[in-house]
Amino acid sequence: MSKDIRIKKGLNINLVGAAEQTTSKAVLSNVYALNLNDFHGITPKMLVKEGVEVKAGEPLFYSKNLEEMKFVSPVSGELVEIVRGARRRILAVKILADKEQSYHTSKTFDVETASADAVRTALLSSGCWPFLKQRPYDIIANPDATPKAIFISAYGTAPLAADMDYILKGKEQELQVAITALGKLTPGKIHVSVGKGSNSPLASTTGINLHKVSGPHPAGLVGTQINKIDPINKGEMVWTISPQDLVIMGEFLLTGKFNAERTIALAGSSVKTPKYYTTKIGAEISTFLYASGVKEEKFRLINGDVLTGSRTTPDGHLGYYNATVTAIPEGDDYEFFGWNKPVFNKISSTRALTFSWLNKNKKYDLDTNTNGEHRAFVVTGRYEEVFPLDIYPLQLLKACMVKDLDEMEQLGLYEVAPEDFALTEFICISKQPHQQIIREGLDLMYKEIG
Amino acid sequence: MGMKEKLHQLKLKYQDKKMAPAFNAIHTFLYSPNETTHSGSHVRAVDDLKRTMNTVIMALVPCLLFGIFNAGYQHYSAINGFPTDFSLMEHFITWDNFWLGAITVLPLVVVSYGVGLLIEFIFAVIKGHEVEEGYLVTGMLVPLIIPVDTPLWMLAVAVAFGVVIGKEVFGGTGMNILNPALTIRAFLFFAYPTWMSGDKVWVHEGVQRAGTADAISGETILGYLAQGNTEALYAKYNLSEMFFGFIPGSVGETSTFLILLGGLFLVFTKIASWRIMASAVAGSLVMGLIFNGIVDAGWIPEYSKFYGLMQFDFWKHLIVGGLAFGIVYMATDPVTGSQTNKGKWIYGFLIGFISVMIRVFNPGYPEGVFLAILLMNVFAPTIDHYVVQGNVRRRMKRLKNATILPKPSDGKAEELKVETV
Repeated sequence: MSKDIRIKKGLNINLVGAAEQTTSKAVLSNVYALNLNDFHGITPKMLVKEGVEVKAGEPLFYSKNLEEMKFVSPVSGELVEIVRGARRRILAVKILADKEQSYHTSKTFDVETASADAVRTALLSSGCWPFLKQRPYDIIANPDATPKAIFISAYGTAPLAADMDYILKGKEQELQVAITALGKLTPGKIHVSVGKGSNSPLASTTGINLHKVSGPHPAGLVGTQINKIDPINKGEMVWTISPQDLVIMGEFLLTGKFNAERTIALAGSSVKTPKYYTTKIGAEISTFLYASGVKEEKFRLINGDVLTGSRTTPDGHLGYYNATVTAIPEGDDYEFFGWNKPVFNKISSTRALTFSWLNKNKKYDLDTNTNGEHRAFVVTGRYEEVFPLDIYPLQLLKACMVKDLDEMEQLGLYEVAPEDFALTEFICISKQPHQQIIREGLDLMYKEIG
Repeated sequence: MGMKEKLHQLKLKYQDKKMAPAFNAIHTFLYSPNETTHSGSHVRAVDDLKRTMNTVIMALVPCLLFGIFNAGYQHYSAINGFPTDFSLMEHFITWDNFWLGAITVLPLVVVSYGVGLLIEFIFAVIKGHEVEEGYLVTGMLVPLIIPVDTPLWMLAVAVAFGVVIGKEVFGGTGMNILNPALTIRAFLFFAYPTWMSGDKVWVHEGVQRAGTADAISGETILGYLAQGNTEALYAKYNLSEMFFGFIPGSVGETSTFLILLGGLFLVFTKIASWRIMASAVAGSLVMGLIFNGIVDAGWIPEYSKFYGLMQFDFWKHLIVGGLAFGIVYMATDPVTGSQTNKGKWIYGFLIGFISVMIRVFNPGYPEGVFLAILLMNVFAPTIDHYVVQGNVRRRMKRLKNATILPKPSDGKAEELKVETV
C-alpha cells in the first residue's frame, strides 16, 4: 500500500549555484579523516594506534557503549594522527592514504536467506551500521532495539541538495540488496519516498512501500515523511538511512568490501562551476573544491546543505553522511539601514517591505549574515506556515529551553530531529538557534529517559 | 575612513563594556549588524524584529498624522463652531490645525519615547542584553490612545510604571504578560480618572476652560450614547464623520478608515494576525447583535441607563471609540496574545465580545476595549494551554492504538522487577 504525500506548508529556498549534472572524478586525497562530530553521542575507543597501517574497511575504533559497533577506515593507509581536543577528547582520526588501495574483505553471504542476526552482525562489524540513524533522539541506531519501520527519503528538497535520482543512477543492484538486508531487521515496513515524477532507481526495488512526495521543503525530509506516514509514538523507534549510504551498504553486502566512494554535489554561489564529483568519505574538500574554483576570497564552506550542514574549511574533510558540499559567501558586513529599507535580493517569509513573495521561482544569492540580532521569541504563527508536522513548533522549542521533560515528551520531541527545525530557524524573526535548542533537548531527554 | 568603519572600530572598543548594549542599539539602528550564523542553518531570512516593529510603526503613522490634524480641528471647531459645509482641504488639512496638533501631540510622542526608551536602555545596560525593539511600537501606541491634553508628567509617570512593572520585571520584550501600552493606559485611567474621561478632556484646552465663559467641550460618541442623547448625537455627527474620524476621542483612534487601512497593511505584510482581527470583529458584532436583540424584544425600558448603548446598531460599535484601534494594533500583539492559531480565533472573538459588553454595561466610562484586551491577555496562556492539550491528547490517543514492538530491554526490565519482589 503506498500513500502519496502532498505537503503544503513549507518554503523552497531557491539559491543560485545548483550543481550541474556532470560528474568528474576528484583528485585523490592524500589524507582522509573521520570527523567524530559526525557521530553524535558516540564515545570512540581506538583499536589502532598512530603509525599503524590499516586497510580500507578495517576498524579504527568502536563505540564505548557497544563494542560490536565498529567504525572503519575509508581508505587503506597509515593512521597518521588522532586529533584530540579538550580533555583528550578525540575529534578526528586521520589516515595517510596508500597509492595502491587494498581492501579488508569480509565473507559475503546470501542476504535473501540470512537471519536478522547475521545481517546485524555483518553491518556492525563492517562499519556500515553507523549509516543507520534512529528516532527518537536522532542518533546512530541502537542495534538491540527493534524498529517499527525504516524510512528512506530519496527526495532532496533542501536548498542546492544533491539530486538523488542522479547520484543513484546505475546503483539498482546495491540498493536492492541493502533493502533486502534491512528488511530482515524490522518486522515493519520499509518506507521509501521519492519525488513525484522522479525516475529514482529506488522506486523499482522490491520489498518496500513506495511513497510519492510533492510540495516545498521540508517535504523531502525524512522527519516530515515519518510524521505523515506513520508517526512515532512514545516507546516506538524508527530507523532512517539516506540512499547514498544504502549504496555503500549494498556494495559491502555484494562484495564484502567497504567502498567509501560516493558521488557528491559541489554547489553554492561561491563555486565557479558547481557540479558533481566522485570521491570518498573523509577526502579533503580542497581536492575537488579548487577543481571547480571559488569566486570569493571569503566564503563559508559547508559539509551538507545550507540549512543543516556543518561548517568546514577547504582543508577539512568530507563528512560521513553528506552528499552535498556547499560554498556560499560570508556575510560579515554591515548594511546601511538594512532593517528598514525595501529588500529585493533576500528571501523573506513576510511582505514587510520584502519582495521575495513576488516571484516564487527567483533564485537568490544568500550569504551567511543573520540579518538581525538574537532576540527573545516575540512573533507567533510564523513557524506554523513552514512546519508541516503535527507538532506545535514554538511550544516544543520553549519546552526544550526550560528543560521540561514531561512537556517535551507530550509535545512530540520523540518524533523530531534538529533538521526538522532548520526551516523555522531560517525564517525565525528572533534569530533563535532552533536546531541547537532541539539537539540539546534531545540530548537531555536521552540522558534522563533514554 | 567612512562612517561604517568608524562605527566598527567603536563597536570593537565598546565590546564587553557595560555600555555596549547602548552603543549597539544606536549602531544597529544605522547599520544592520555584521553578525554571521554560527550554529544551525547557515542562511537566514531577511526579517528581524526591527523590521517587524518598523512595519507596525508604518501602519501607525497615518493615525498619528490624522490625530495631529484632528486635535487642531476639534479645538477650533469647538470654539468657532463646526463648519456646515465641511471640506477636507479647507477645514481639516490646514496649517492652523497642524500647528496646534503638532504642539500638543508631538510632546506626547517625545515623552513617551524618551521615558520608555531611557528605561529600556538602563535595563539593557544593567542586565547586559541588547536593547529589544518592543518599545518602538509601544512608544508610538501610547500617545495615540490617550486624550490630547494629558499632562506630560502624568504620561511620564505612567510610561515608567508600564515599562517597569508591565514589562521589565517579567524579563523584557517577549516575556511580558500584559500589553505594555495598555498597562500604561490602565495606569492613567485608574490613577487619574478625571483626566481620562468626561466631556472635557478630548478637546485641547477643554479642561482649562471649564467653568469659564469660553468653556468648550467635546463629548465622545460613546459619551452621548451612555447618556442616552442619541438624537443629539446624530444631530452633531453623521455616519461618515464617525467612520473617517472627525470626532473627539483619543489622539489616534478616531479614524476607523485609517485604522482599517493600517490593519489591511499589517495583514498583507503578514506582521499581524488576521485571525485575531477577524474573530475580534466577529465577536463585537455578535455581542452588538445580542444587545440589539434585547432591545428589539423590549426587555429593556427606554429609561434604562443602558438603553442608549444597547440600541446602538451593532455594526456601528466598530466605527466609534477605540474598538477598531484596539483590535488592529493591540489585540494582535503577539507576545501577550494567544500564540496558537486556534487559540487566536478564541482570543480575538472574546476580545470583541467583552469589549462591547463592557462598553454597554459601564456607562461611567463607556470604553471597554482596553480592559477587554488586558483581561484576555491574562487568559491567553490558558486558551493556548487547552489548544495545545488537544494536540497532546491526539498524540496520546495514537499511542493507545499503537502496538508497541517488544524490545529486548523490556524483558530485562521485567526480570529485574521479579527479582526485587
